[in-house]
Amino acid sequence: MKRSRILAAGIAVSMMAMAYVPQAAAEVDRGQLLTTSCFSCHSIDGTGNMPNLVGYPRDLMISQMQAFKDGSRPGTIMNRHAKGYTDEEIVMMADYFDTIQ
Amino acid sequence: MTDFSRRNFLKAVGIGGAASLASLGCAANGTATASRSARVIVVGGGSGGATAAKYLKRFSPDMDVTLIEPNATYYTCYGSNWVLGGNAEMDDIAQSYDALQSRHGVKVVQDTVMEIDPAGRTVTTSAGEAMNYDRLVMSPGIDFRYDAVPGITEADSERIPHAWKAGEQTRLLRQQLEAMPDGGIFVMVAPGNPFRCPPGPYERASMVAHYFQQEKPRSKIIILDNKEAFSKQGLFMEGWAQHYGDMIEWVASSRGGQVEEIDAANLRTISDGGFTEFKADVLNYIPPQTAGKIAKQTGLAGDGFWCPVNQLTFESTIHPGIYVIGDSSVAGAMPKSGHSANNQAKVAAAAIVRDLAGLEPLAPSTANTCYSLITPDHAISVAAVYAYQDGTIGGVEGAGGVSPMDAPASVRRQEALYTKGWYDGITADIWG
Repeated sequence: MKRSRILAAGIAVSMMAMAYVPQAAAEVDRGQLLTTSCFSCHSIDGTGNMPNLVGYPRDLMISQMQAFKDGSRPGTIMNRHAKGYTDEEIVMMADYFDTIQ
Repeated sequence: MTDFSRRNFLKAVGIGGAASLASLGCAANGTATASRSARVIVVGGGSGGATAAKYLKRFSPDMDVTLIEPNATYYTCYGSNWVLGGNAEMDDIAQSYDALQSRHGVKVVQDTVMEIDPAGRTVTTSAGEAMNYDRLVMSPGIDFRYDAVPGITEADSERIPHAWKAGEQTRLLRQQLEAMPDGGIFVMVAPGNPFRCPPGPYERASMVAHYFQQEKPRSKIIILDNKEAFSKQGLFMEGWAQHYGDMIEWVASSRGGQVEEIDAANLRTISDGGFTEFKADVLNYIPPQTAGKIAKQTGLAGDGFWCPVNQLTFESTIHPGIYVIGDSSVAGAMPKSGHSANNQAKVAAAAIVRDLAGLEPLAPSTANTCYSLITPDHAISVAAVYAYQDGTIGGVEGAGGVSPMDAPASVRRQEALYTKGWYDGITADIWG
């Protein structure tokens, strides 16, 4: 009995890892909504030849977005996008990315 | 949590608020039942509608979401010019609703919506089934105004394709281009603003030129434009000169491009009060546009051509409870594009989920990204980030813009790779 409960818990955990939104019952917040904008090109539902951002380290994302924003990292299009976000919004997006696997 | 403390909390997550999701737990638990039992119907399975259905489920997994779309297979307009250019096939731009159903739990009904009753909150399909909704999302795309120019009717589109909704029309135009003799003239009539996909006509001209260059190098392309300037104009013209010499001729509205009449039987356009005529071997008339038929019929466009919405949430300002997204809506500075529709759908989905939970809408931030191929290895782009300010969606100052002029071939090639990456990414985000 105890064993099967542990097994069930294990399955639940692995299913949660597959889910897009770990906080399933909560209402969408601003960081999550902002980040959905990234998914248009950097999809989390399929692979293309755009860089994959799932699992991208939080601090690296902040530093790279800042670098695109201030022009110190050249880009084809991310330099144009990054300038559209405040420093606070960049942190919110990096925080949200940190929650998805 | 008391009403009072919850109100304070709402203030914290309002515009510019940065409260974390974790702190929401208490409020969410008290109101989750409302969103669980809610039924949302989405009309139209294109870039806007399919995204809305998927993200409603993603934001609120227990919500009852039904997507109504007439076609089992959706052909994206983006990419359809590549089919015309011979560097993609129809299968490459075909999307299905399988993942929305099996992976995301959206109910997909293959049918046409015949009537919407905004007061009774019901949708009736051609099967005669009346369905109730708590909230309705409308993403019906565009309809054509064939009454704008005399001499041509919708029935003529079987001979004079618009190819501005992808599918059979794309195949037809492709067949006509293939049947055209070398040395023939392809005439495209491009609409005035606003219309679906502002750079689309010029990417189309580029892709047809790419095909002609390989198969029919003595042929000509004439764009008769009902406006004085167009999207990414400098970059397109630079690319045309570089790759196609003088094969493409662009005619501004004041220079004879404003088509006043069409002699459909003879594939002839008439402008300048009858003084200017163009005779085509293949004629591609892209009519002026309006919000999708069902949106107009429901009164969502009022007396105009497009549907006014609260640009914070995309809820109709005419019929409460109905959210209009994508090409049909008036969305401030955002262009009518698949990428815009995809972003707007997420804003509307979040607004609906929060509204059903008794929460205020979030401050939205949206983006548009648009790549155009000039050759299969030369692409250009335009990007923008938008924010809600003073009641409307405006571009964030200092952000966005177009690819640089005079860039080396390596940059154009890199953007051509990202063009394909964008297609794969956005279609996975919408239908994957």
